Amino acid sequence: MSEKKPRVVCYLNQFFGQIGGEDKADTPPHIEMKAVGPAGALDTELGDVANVVATVICGDNYINEKDKAYSQVADLINSAEPDLVVAGPAFNAGRYGMACAKACEVAGEELNIPAVSGMYEENPGLDPAKRYAYIVPTPDSAAGMRKALPQMAGLITKILKNEELGPPEEEGYFPRGQRKTLFADKRGSLRAVEMLLKRLAGEDIETELPMPVFDEVEPAPAVREINKSTVALVSSGGIVPAKNPDSIESASATKYGRYSLKGHNDMRQLDYRSIHGGYDSVYANEDGNRVVPLDVMRELEERGEVGKLHDYYYVTTGTGTSVANAKKMGEDIAQELKDSGVQAVILTST
Amino acid sequence: MKLEIGEVQIEDIKLGEQTKIEDGLLHVSRAELRKLLLEDKRLAAVEMTVARPGDKTRIIPVKDVIEPRVRLDNEITGYPGVTDKMGRVGAGRTLALKGAAVVTTGDIVAIQEGLIDMWGEGAKYTPFSQTCNLVLTFTPRRNLEAHQHEEAVREAGLKAAEYLGKAAENMEPDNINTYDLPAMNKRGEEVEGLPRVAYLKMLIAQGLLHDSYIYGIDAKETLPTWIHPNEILDGALVSGNCVAACDKITTYQHQNNSIILDLYDRHGKDLNFLGVVLTPELTTFTGKVRACEHATGLIKTMGADGVIISEEGYGNPDSDLLQNCKLLEEDGIKTVLITDECAGNDGFSQSLADTSSVAKAVISTGNVSHMVKLDPAERVIGNIGSLANLAGGSGDSFCDDGSIVCELNAIIGSTSEIGYHNLTARQY
Repeated sequence: MSEKKPRVVCYLNQFFGQIGGEDKADTPPHIEMKAVGPAGALDTELGDVANVVATVICGDNYINEKDKAYSQVADLINSAEPDLVVAGPAFNAGRYGMACAKACEVAGEELNIPAVSGMYEENPGLDPAKRYAYIVPTPDSAAGMRKALPQMAGLITKILKNEELGPPEEEGYFPRGQRKTLFADKRGSLRAVEMLLKRLAGEDIETELPMPVFDEVEPAPAVREINKSTVALVSSGGIVPAKNPDSIESASATKYGRYSLKGHNDMRQLDYRSIHGGYDSVYANEDGNRVVPLDVMRELEERGEVGKLHDYYYVTTGTGTSVANAKKMGEDIAQELKDSGVQAVILTST
Repeated sequence: MKLEIGEVQIEDIKLGEQTKIEDGLLHVSRAELRKLLLEDKRLAAVEMTVARPGDKTRIIPVKDVIEPRVRLDNEITGYPGVTDKMGRVGAGRTLALKGAAVVTTGDIVAIQEGLIDMWGEGAKYTPFSQTCNLVLTFTPRRNLEAHQHEEAVREAGLKAAEYLGKAAENMEPDNINTYDLPAMNKRGEEVEGLPRVAYLKMLIAQGLLHDSYIYGIDAKETLPTWIHPNEILDGALVSGNCVAACDKITTYQHQNNSIILDLYDRHGKDLNFLGVVLTPELTTFTGKVRACEHATGLIKTMGADGVIISEEGYGNPDSDLLQNCKLLEEDGIKTVLITDECAGNDGFSQSLADTSSVAKAVISTGNVSHMVKLDPAERVIGNIGSLANLAGGSGDSFCDDGSIVCELNAIIGSTSEIGYHNLTARQY
């Protein structure tokens, strides 16, 4: 029995999906169980490697403006049972690029399958899409279609054959912002000495780690009446119930916990401990108030200096925890606190 | 200052009656070594096990690794200020038992050690899969306080390494490496016109269990200090760390610091190796400012053209690393930094806790959160359960078939920021 050919689903906008121009940009998504327009050309390029089994077509305004569009597109793509999603190419069309990014996100986030697209380097869709897709650089207009499709087909072929993809500059896709760990020919110390000698000789060097650019967070305005506010404790100090019920990692945390303080005035009354892998936890285990200052908060509460201590504290471990995970956890915790009517937070670190 | 390190090759270790070296075989008297180590009343028992390269053996949780050595031309045979009286080291002849290592294990605070796999996938990531290891598992006296426990195990490992080293005392080494770096005013034509290069070595000094010792002084109590590289190679620096295993510098790696060795290799050919500055990574802001200003001040005074800066640990000390870089680059001194990355399991997160546009030359030693799957071991020395709690592992680390899944975080020396290993990360 011959193996089943992998199934590719293409996402196109109203124009490339052959519905019409700007006047059709509000068209809701639909699926055609065949390769439409450039998807047909791609199907030919793919030859025996894969079949383009369906094309999902949606208006650029619709997908970018309607909240429900993402799940509609996701359902349609999913219904065709793809092994890989192709979006565009979008060239320098901004709204189309953003639409392609959504289709790529469907592949990566919802279906956990690879995605391939093509865009011009200034397309605003490139940044949100590259996280989920291998994106081939294209010229800024559709005149580049002939060049883009074979390149995309080449990448698709490698991916579907489970061949390991080389670095972006070798394979011809935009860097995806992923740091891949691998073995170098020389040990790190020798690479450092050689890099320094090059710098001292005035030669060009290529850093192995370009510096990150950080987000700037504007502080929230000051709390006006702290004596009437509900205040929560949030900590990256790793104090959890002794059995660590949520299996929070001792380093590189991906999870946080929410634990009740109701009816307690002192962390020492609770069978809690530190699971943090980045500091000497002896003193925190002796007295958990040192990391989660429940005792002091109760005193302030009693004296009326703070309105009320929130019934739960939130905690994770802040060592080796990636900024991306920290950001996600921070957003979720902040939302939960807001929903619970908390007005202020004391963050304790270690 | 001239140091000769003679290498006595060790192929295997055997536990037996008498301690001696014969044809590359290191025999160890179990009774004698036990007696020596248990002189410290803080320790109740020690178990000794040999782990050889290729054995399907997993050692966990590992505290420190030490190379057995003996100093021949110095009355200080142990670690000055730690296991022996005080005095300077780094000159004369020292013999090293190459291919052998002492590995100390045993839960201390349970969450801050790592693992060594002697075979398979895991072996690729740790240099200590290549050494024949005498593993010492210590049981402390009941209710021994954690910091005392750490100190007792730290000292016991060093004492064991010194004891084994003495077996080579009367042997002819297989080969000798010479490290000769004269005083600045005694350097001749060979360094004329060559760029002047210093090495700034950052040491974790964040508090008990996160400490490094220079001639027995806790590094966090020192100002940054200039030191001759030979002193580091010859045992002046000792690890007292229980931190993430991947990038803590074990005592073995201090003794064989790869940056020092690679700079020595180019000394007198491509560069003039000025020496090493040791600087503590402190947790307070004042401490950071003091250490960075003083460490870079020493380097400026030495008249360096270029500096290699190595970090120990990640997160908090990223700020010290970049501050050191900034202060040097502002003065026109060129830097290369060595660091690992915390880019998350999928590698998509930004990698550092601080950033600076002047850090243009950086060596990456890999993503500490890179996931690896390691086959089931036939023999576990120590306690595999500790993986659930140590940095890089979790309750989800254990697979049904007995294999384990963990981050590089948990593997000793995998992302060594003194560049001891080949690992790197690059942009995909």
